[in-house]
Amino acid sequence: MTQHAEGELSPEVVMAEMKKNGVTHVVWLPDSETNFLYLLMEADPDLDLIPVSREGQAFSTAAGLTVGGKKPVILIQNTGMMESGDSLRGWGLSLNIPVVMMVGYRGWTRHGVNTDTAATYTERFLNAFGIQYYLVESGEDAPRISVAFEEASRTRRPVAVLVGDEYHGFNR
Amino acid sequence: MIDTADMLRAFAPHRGNSIVIPGRGGRHWTEISDQPNRDLPVGDPAMGGHASFGLGVALSLPEERVILFDSEGDVLMNMGALPTIAEKAPANFYHFMLDNECYATTGGQPVPNAKNIAYDVIAKGSGYPATYAFDNLEDFASSIEEILGQPGPVFVALKVEPEVENTPIGARVRWQTRSRTQVIDDLKGELGIEGP
Repeated sequence: MTQHAEGELSPEVVMAEMKKNGVTHVVWLPDSETNFLYLLMEADPDLDLIPVSREGQAFSTAAGLTVGGKKPVILIQNTGMMESGDSLRGWGLSLNIPVVMMVGYRGWTRHGVNTDTAATYTERFLNAFGIQYYLVESGEDAPRISVAFEEASRTRRPVAVLVGDEYHGFNR
Repeated sequence: MIDTADMLRAFAPHRGNSIVIPGRGGRHWTEISDQPNRDLPVGDPAMGGHASFGLGVALSLPEERVILFDSEGDVLMNMGALPTIAEKAPANFYHFMLDNECYATTGGQPVPNAKNIAYDVIAKGSGYPATYAFDNLEDFASSIEEILGQPGPVFVALKVEPEVENTPIGARVRWQTRSRTQVIDDLKGELGIEGP
């Protein structure tokens, strides 16, 4: 088990939020920033992991799972989310799919100057689609994940959680 | 080459209680189906996503047989969906693919390398345990029982006649009789699925 300092966003906290909100499937594209979470998810017999090879597939997969009464979460990076615009529009928004997408906020920095265009366009992309989003940077922000699940369910729309843990743990 | 409507009519008696995602065959299937509340004619929400959508439906409803009529244009757009389907290996999923060798809804332009792709070989190489390819109705019709009699995922490539449309999209007559969200709500009602 990896040790995490107080305040950091640990994979265990993210997992606890998923379990609390009844997540049944994790549709995701692995990347180095989420590897710690992967090990925990893989070890959990109650979670079904569905790996995709292009992020757009995650939205249509999640739509199908939702139609059948399951509760998927999408776990991708901001780069792949931007690649997925038409799938988000068609399979997410137009089918009223209440799915939370947890998005690794590559390039996010609260200190200094952003030098990564992946971060530059992330929130602009979400705003263009009218997708509500919540920034989660530390363990103290973790309850926002539940807020996102509640909002997705209530509005029957995709809602994003931007994982902006700048230096530690989940997003390193 | 197979006529899509004839193919769907040959399939219909074998449907049983399957959930059918008619995909590009939706125009014909809505006139053939005898259980519309078990159909998911969602049209084309975003091209390339039907295979993954079908996978999601199949994984979420393991007690139901799920049948998808995909297209080669969709498969080409997201070919990476095939290994995911093969890895998850839903035993209740039957993946039919209509190959008309072109983008019929945009005027009939050929898909890349249209006449030289073996989609069944690609599916097999992606890990589907069983794959088929047909270019005539008789062979397909005589194989349907065998196809549906084995555990999925099964992939079936079907060479079909193009039904080319040149009318601008805004001027086309809609074949859908229900909205996408109504289609989903009707299926959920039929199966007793609660929730958003």
